[in-house]
Amino acid sequence: MNRVGLFAPLAVFALILAIGYFGFQLEDPHRLPSALIGKPFPDFAAERLDGEGGDLVRRADLLGSPVLVNVWATWCPTCKAEHDELLRIRAETAAAGAPVRIIGVNYKDDPAKARRWLAEYGDPYDFNLIDADGALGVELGVYGAPETFLLNAKGDVVFKQVGAIDGQLWQQEIAPRLSAMGVPVAYGEARSDAG
Amino acid sequence: MAAPAALTFLLCCWPAWGASPVDVYEFPDAEAEARFRALIAEFRCPKCLNTNLAGSDAPIAQDLRAAVHRLVVREGLSDAEVRDYLQARYGDFVLYDPPLKAATLVLWGAPVLFVLAGLGLIAWRLQHQRSAHLSDADQARLASFLDET
Repeated sequence: MNRVGLFAPLAVFALILAIGYFGFQLEDPHRLPSALIGKPFPDFAAERLDGEGGDLVRRADLLGSPVLVNVWATWCPTCKAEHDELLRIRAETAAAGAPVRIIGVNYKDDPAKARRWLAEYGDPYDFNLIDADGALGVELGVYGAPETFLLNAKGDVVFKQVGAIDGQLWQQEIAPRLSAMGVPVAYGEARSDAG
Repeated sequence: MAAPAALTFLLCCWPAWGASPVDVYEFPDAEAEARFRALIAEFRCPKCLNTNLAGSDAPIAQDLRAAVHRLVVREGLSDAEVRDYLQARYGDFVLYDPPLKAATLVLWGAPVLFVLAGLGLIAWRLQHQRSAHLSDADQARLASFLDET
């Protein structure tokens, strides 16, 4: 065996190190791709947090126009950070024509605390659903809060975000999709006017 | 008498405590309970990277244990139907035994490739050694050196 050949094991070792180093950086291992993308939002029946409407809310009640379904809870600190962004999105889309529909799923929470939270911090939601035991969450493949689904008018899941929505995500992922579905959003012109 | 009784109690109940310390579930028969235990041991908790549903204290694992219990006991689903239920909602992530498809081809194919590469390396080394054997002239020369000593 020649001298260069002696370095072959070292080269293989370096290759394994490199694969390990880059391989483990490729993707956040906590990120779980949603099994629901492109599929219909599951059927469900849930009570409203505000007690209005009488009957249980079902999947059919969400259809007709694109809607954001936001899973949140008062025990979730990230939801507080996201809450301001949701309020801002409501105000921004209201200024662009009509406020985007946001339906909340109050996930494994105390309804009284949730009502107090909305009264205190503002209410960006059309209405909220109560999921006290997390059963609706299991149907949706939710494994933490906040999570947000974007549905088209037919009720198919177009996009899902695990973790908080922030300004960047709104601008890059959600607003363009809403705009493509014909929802007026202050995307592009209005933003550059402000900037 | 108290000590053997306590020991018997510990021996019976200890494993049950270890399995899932928080939830108490009722089962119509031992078979349903065995199926439930096997199923929750089989799935990966979505929140934790390498813990199964049975071994995790995460709230989502508790919810999914409750869901599996409901599906097995109240709705009478088969094991395959429970697997489909969880996979439809949480994706391949929850399966410790990933299905063979385009996205997982590397996962299944890489070990085979490594074995083939190893066999190739061994074959190459054997070939190389044989070609390093002495020629007839060198053999004769070596024999003459050995005769001299």
